[in-house]
Amino acid sequence: MAQEPLKKPDPGYYDYWAYRDRPKISWPNGARLALWVAPNIEFYELNPPANPFRKAWPRPFPAIQGYGIRDWGNRVGHQRQMEVLDHYGIRGSISLSTALCDHHPEIIELCVERNWEFFSHGIYNTRYTYGMSETQEREMIRDSMETIHRHTGQQCAGYLAPALSHSEFTLDLFAEVGSELFGDAGGIYTCDLFHDDQPTPIHLRSGKRFVSVPYSLEMNDTIAYVVNKVTPRHYGQMLRDCFDRLYAEGEQSGTVMCIPTHNYQVSCPHRLRAFDQALEYITAHSNVWITTGREIAQYYLEHCYDTSVASISGQQQVRIPEGAAA
Amino acid sequence: MSLEPEHLLYSNRQYGMDHNRYRWSRLSERQPVEWSDGKSLALWINVSLQHFPLDQRGDPFPPPGGMTMPYPDLRHYSLRDYGNRVGIYRVLDALASRKLSASFAVNGELAVRLPELVRLAGEQGEIIGHGWNMDCPHYGGMDEGQEQQLIADTLGQLRNLTGQAVTGWLSPGRNESESTPERLVEQEVSYFCDWVNDDMPYRFDTDKGSLTAMPLSTEIEDTFVLQNNLHSELSWLEQTCDACDFLLQEAQQSGGGRLLALSIHPWLIGQPHRIGKLEQALDYILAKGDIWPTTPGEIVRLWCKQQY
Repeated sequence: MAQEPLKKPDPGYYDYWAYRDRPKISWPNGARLALWVAPNIEFYELNPPANPFRKAWPRPFPAIQGYGIRDWGNRVGHQRQMEVLDHYGIRGSISLSTALCDHHPEIIELCVERNWEFFSHGIYNTRYTYGMSETQEREMIRDSMETIHRHTGQQCAGYLAPALSHSEFTLDLFAEVGSELFGDAGGIYTCDLFHDDQPTPIHLRSGKRFVSVPYSLEMNDTIAYVVNKVTPRHYGQMLRDCFDRLYAEGEQSGTVMCIPTHNYQVSCPHRLRAFDQALEYITAHSNVWITTGREIAQYYLEHCYDTSVASISGQQQVRIPEGAAA
Repeated sequence: MSLEPEHLLYSNRQYGMDHNRYRWSRLSERQPVEWSDGKSLALWINVSLQHFPLDQRGDPFPPPGGMTMPYPDLRHYSLRDYGNRVGIYRVLDALASRKLSASFAVNGELAVRLPELVRLAGEQGEIIGHGWNMDCPHYGGMDEGQEQQLIADTLGQLRNLTGQAVTGWLSPGRNESESTPERLVEQEVSYFCDWVNDDMPYRFDTDKGSLTAMPLSTEIEDTFVLQNNLHSELSWLEQTCDACDFLLQEAQQSGGGRLLALSIHPWLIGQPHRIGKLEQALDYILAKGDIWPTTPGEIVRLWCKQQY
């Protein structure tokens, strides 16, 4: 039986930083809001090795229900979502199960043609980080980034851990492997943290300049549809409400709205119109920077990172309660 | 701490699927399928007629929709039974008054318990096997002979009673063993409806020959929308109409037929406050005009003819 690691009370990746009185973020061309859509393009295995900390499927092999609908996403849903994004001039930032490069290269080619961004979401969404040694996780991350490079020519900039399964080293390893493979272009942002509506600097053991780019769980179609069980039309309204607020606040300082999607959720026949209409509404506004995760991270590193670090160090810090374990 | 080396080995990381059941294929790249009379959208209504035993074993897992309270769970037993006593007649009327046929996925045990009802369903539509009862799941690791027997009993009862060939299958809870598809082919089943990985039929390979996989969508199934997601009846109607609009438009734009599959349960949709929404959904769909109301057997026949 695998042994559980010693636990920390706080991840330590970022400092407390109040949302008010931050230095103003000005997105390119004076945009108030950076919009990025992050389609997860995933491959779930029918019969993965059983991770000791998390079951891949609730039923004995073959778990055809869960497997089937995810396969539907690649067979049917991807094309539909891509056509909607094309219609509104949105380039997807793909959270990629990188084994999909081997399984379904046709999908990869379609996204390469469109100059979509690929970032790493592990090898398979049925291989969890839980229980991996640091060496194993480093190898898995390296494999995923090399696979993206080999199949698309892109230097992977971002990470979302497979099935949001993390270790304490995940972000450090991703940033380190990124630098080893691609220098300053590789491994510069994470989507794994949900603490803010603006990008924030992240502490890493290497001291590398590294950013958290907001990737909203609340707007994530799977969270909305499967966990929160909202109706399709309500999901469309949530997207519009989220946009309205972030767009209004973006007048003071630029905000980020991310719509993370899954081709097996958002593209279902009873759901796609709600997504389509929300994008129609959002893209009809001026001063929206329609962009990708990498471009947000790069812009932030270049224009906002240093002033952010200075502002954070001048603000109040979280006090550790007396008597708390060191 | 580390994982066993197998966790970083990927023996099925290859082109196509990670199994050999069917070929990887994108719907948008397939040859268009032409439905009867040149209609764009086939309408397939599947009505599940189910028996949930009061003495539920739940082995190795309880059936979705089954007993959840300590024995005797009269609440769930009788509410499911309601579907076969009351709800089904509302559904049959809703179909007949619109001259619609349907498939009826029937638990084999109902042919013994309620032969008149099953015969009636057979007169109004196509019977497909739905396992022996909802508490007899097909599951990975089950005894092969036991599965063979469950399928034989179910198909035997339904075939004898209705006189239909009964060549379609829907596993209880859509759960299968590793070899359910082989067992089905052995017993003259030609299509099954368990997998939800496509919007159109496709060929599914088994050691004993091939089956046609029929896409009976779970996404707008009444149980999923109303019972799992707890959406309102009105929302079920909206979602069904939205799915119809979308698929019809995709069919018309792509030039290839599409399929709208409505999977319903009389114990749920047949309630007095819900049946009207089914009727409204059917009226909405039929009013589109460019619709081919049909049964899964007809779809399979037409689809197979255009594949080879």
